Amino acid sequence: MNIIVPIKQVPDLVEELEVDSSGKALDKEWLKFRINEFDDHALEEALLLKEDLGGTVTVIALDGDDVDKALYTAAAKGADKLIKVTGVDAELDNHKAAKALASVIKDMDYDLILTGVQAVDDLDGQLPVLLAEYLGLPHIEVVTGVKVDGNVATVQKEFSGGIVGEYEVDLPAVLGIQAARETPRYVPVAKVRRAMRSAEIEEVNATVDDASSALTVERMFKPETGGGAEFLTGSVDEIAAKIVELIKSKI
Amino acid sequence: MKKVLVIAEHLNGQIQDITYELLGKAKELAQGGEVAVLLMGKDMKDAASSLGAADKVLYVDSDALAQFNPQTYFLTAAKAIEEYQPDIVLIGTTSQGMDLAGALSARLKMPLVAYVGALEDGKAVSQLYGGKMNVEVGLSTPYIAAVLAGAFPADKGKADGTPEVVEMAAPDLSGAKVRFKQLIEPEAGDVDITAQDILVSVGRGIQSEDNIPMFEELAQKLGGALACSRPIVDNKWLPKSRQVGKSGLKVKPKVYLAFGISGAPEHIEGMKDSELIIAVNTDAKAPIFDYAHYGVTEDMFDLVPKLMEKL
Repeated sequence: MNIIVPIKQVPDLVEELEVDSSGKALDKEWLKFRINEFDDHALEEALLLKEDLGGTVTVIALDGDDVDKALYTAAAKGADKLIKVTGVDAELDNHKAAKALASVIKDMDYDLILTGVQAVDDLDGQLPVLLAEYLGLPHIEVVTGVKVDGNVATVQKEFSGGIVGEYEVDLPAVLGIQAARETPRYVPVAKVRRAMRSAEIEEVNATVDDASSALTVERMFKPETGGGAEFLTGSVDEIAAKIVELIKSKI
Repeated sequence: MKKVLVIAEHLNGQIQDITYELLGKAKELAQGGEVAVLLMGKDMKDAASSLGAADKVLYVDSDALAQFNPQTYFLTAAKAIEEYQPDIVLIGTTSQGMDLAGALSARLKMPLVAYVGALEDGKAVSQLYGGKMNVEVGLSTPYIAAVLAGAFPADKGKADGTPEVVEMAAPDLSGAKVRFKQLIEPEAGDVDITAQDILVSVGRGIQSEDNIPMFEELAQKLGGALACSRPIVDNKWLPKSRQVGKSGLKVKPKVYLAFGISGAPEHIEGMKDSELIIAVNTDAKAPIFDYAHYGVTEDMFDLVPKLMEKL
């Protein structure tokens, strides 16, 4: 069972986001980056499947902000192989990212591709289905459960209201993971540092022709904030009293 | 004058609200042109009568379309779009829509803009970064827009009328690599959060599973129940039956107290109609405050004990 996990780095939303001087992109100067949380779930599910069935987990990412750290962290968690795809700037362009990843993945030996269901910067659609289409593979999005038996996976897909659809899919396939069956594992920094010394990142250059999202970003701007809420101020005690009063007025 | 195609969504035989939300918008975008709805299913032709706001219903009937299937629906929609040649295709940013929009865009080489919260002729606003940033993009037809649930009112897409039904043949779906097995209804939780007057709802900001009991106690003191946003369920701190939002439940309590919830669009969709929303989050710019009636930026771990003292 060989599994490929494409991951990407996204801005940590705990930080304040600002628009840069072009008015069309994020100001990256103070941004912190972290792995897309759903990619972390995809990696976890891949590692759990490997533990059940044997095989390998290969983590692949386009070159970008703090990507080496994310790859080494994946190695520390148990990924067997790390690949960094260079030469492609695919900011706000998942069509381009998917094409670049597909150009590298198509020559690899694999049974399953697991990646995050979505990311916070999917302007032109989510990666899993784009990647599947460029590789000519079936796909299922919003996956919360995967079982593999031979070359068929039984997959749970979540709809609204907690209703789940169960599907069978012939492998290889691309699954967009919403949640792994376990909370993504944590690795201590010391283990990541050891991985940085022992694991190797294979660099592969990709060339993607111009065909990309075909969208023109006109401007990026913050939505009106604080428009709705009246902020309660004063001491914590006063605020608590006010909240209790508000609640009591409704019931 | 534009030709606008809406991809209808149904689950358990019920047309979903998103279809009407898209339909209302489609009428506006068509500017006197034609609005068609693509309805894929098995023995669902009668449902066309509930799509009176459309000029036309393109109906495809097949055993392979009886339930949503990421592959058979995609292949069928691709064929329908090639035959109908719409200027604009509207799809929901939903579990079903996320299996279709990107695949159609890649296959048919039509640009796609996702997470659309506002849309007018030639221009869309996409809500990115968990609702913290808007991106306006210019669009020229033909294009696909994947629209956020709740972005447009469903009322405008509901109308009496008998649209013309055009039956289309399904493509060959016999070799589908994805096969539908069954729908699994959610397990009834210990608590039905949709039936509560008061919900205490917690998000990522509560930091640790160890803090769950404190909020459970607060909920109990208020005579309500504990609910949460998606990350809490993904981390298995609370069961799925407690999740508010797109992939969880829609709630409309009298009081919704949100702790450490930033307010991603997926969460807002599930709670924005609550009668009184009080949000507590140290980030004064969190999107939840756009929807809350009252906001508090104090540390919740100072506030909650004080609240409990007063109850």
